[in-house]
Amino acid sequence: MARTVLPFGPQHPVLPEPIHLKLVIEEEKVVEAIPNLGYVHRGLEKLVDIRDFNQMVNICERVCGICSCIHAVNYCMGTEQLLSLEVPTRANYLRVIWMELHRIHSHLLWLGLFADGFGFESLFMQFWRIREKIMDVMESTAGNRVVISVNIVGGVRRDLSAEQTKWILEELDKVEKGVRQLESTILNEYTVCKRTKGIGVLTKEQAHQLGAVGPTLRGSGWAQDVRMTGYTAYGDLDFEPVVEHDGDCYSRTKVRFREIYVACDLVRQAIAKLPAGEIAVKVKGKPDGEAWTRVEQPRGELYYYHKGNGTNHLARLRIRTPTFANIPPLLAMLPGITLADVPIVVLSIDPCISCTER
Amino acid sequence: MLPNEQAVTLENLLPEVQKRFDEGLRLVGLTAVELTDQNAFDVLYHFDKDLNVQHLRLTVPKEAPVPSTSGIYFLALLAENEIKDQFGVNFQNILIDFGCALYMEPEVVTSPFCKFTYVKKSAKEGEE
Repeated sequence: MARTVLPFGPQHPVLPEPIHLKLVIEEEKVVEAIPNLGYVHRGLEKLVDIRDFNQMVNICERVCGICSCIHAVNYCMGTEQLLSLEVPTRANYLRVIWMELHRIHSHLLWLGLFADGFGFESLFMQFWRIREKIMDVMESTAGNRVVISVNIVGGVRRDLSAEQTKWILEELDKVEKGVRQLESTILNEYTVCKRTKGIGVLTKEQAHQLGAVGPTLRGSGWAQDVRMTGYTAYGDLDFEPVVEHDGDCYSRTKVRFREIYVACDLVRQAIAKLPAGEIAVKVKGKPDGEAWTRVEQPRGELYYYHKGNGTNHLARLRIRTPTFANIPPLLAMLPGITLADVPIVVLSIDPCISCTER
Repeated sequence: MLPNEQAVTLENLLPEVQKRFDEGLRLVGLTAVELTDQNAFDVLYHFDKDLNVQHLRLTVPKEAPVPSTSGIYFLALLAENEIKDQFGVNFQNILIDFGCALYMEPEVVTSPFCKFTYVKKSAKEGEE
């Protein structure tokens, strides 16, 4: 049968950011996919040469807008390790609160985009309407909707008052109520099931061998979540990773959807246990040595490698983002599916290309 | 020096990576670091099993060919291509070799993260 090479992207209605896939197809079936990157590469890691280790917090936040706070936390954790800084407990709890708020808004954003990907416009609008409450919380508590800039090396720069935490809990209840109302639609509706069940299957073995991370890994049956290592204040909070076993687009959707409930619960726990005290410590010294830190982003495991040389500038900063890790698994999901399902499968890994290329 | 780190050489890199693959470790990623004072690169391989991390450290002279691990862990191909692109590390036999054009345009012959340009220069000379 004759094969055709079809370009998917870099500009495509379902792609918020540019990635190019060369799809080798036989009639309507995908036989092979080859990725092509480089449309939004910014060389952010190299900025350590001209930005000092404190300024780099702002750079790292801009690796990805959607999970900016989590990038900043990971960067700060690595730098704090090099400086042997002990971050105040309250700061760690505040970091958890803002990180989980980021997870909720990221998953709601994705659920909306995913619904939009298969033409379910009203569902898209419902998810994004709920997401606005989280954006309001972030704007009110941190002064900005997306890149909230609350993290500094040594702690956080903003605190939460008792009134603010009370209001966050009220807003979270509304968010959770709204999400529950959409549960039967996103998980049981005929169109959603038809477009996602049995599509883009990644087996448990493939997920492990190809280095999948985050909901892509957990949707294939692996109970692995970096938050289980207990960084910041996660060690004091109770949670179970959300796991599904079918490895298809539906499983990945279900994982993200259920993770919203987990994130709401974690915020509630963190607020309930929020200790009194300082929110930052004074930074002394210059980063020296090596550190390797990782956190769980909404899209999965994110690692930072720091190398300090005793000056204000790091000698090397390496960032490996979750979408970078999820591209090889994506290449395994595509062969065998029809061309019409390609956008759904690509979206199912929640691709963030500006993250990937940095 | 990172915790749980082991040094490897060009000779035992692939056997050590294969051993970890056989033991069920997940390759988390690769990191390249330029060692300006030694005219060499550190290539770090990060592995994980049950949330326990271990690292392999390969220190190689800048011109030395480094065998690709993408034949063992397919996912290594993207990281190896990225490092080849940005640092000019001379990875050999990557399953899909983008020829230093993963992020860069083909006409770019410098390695933006490091002043070393062995791979790209030699590729250009080969074309000529």
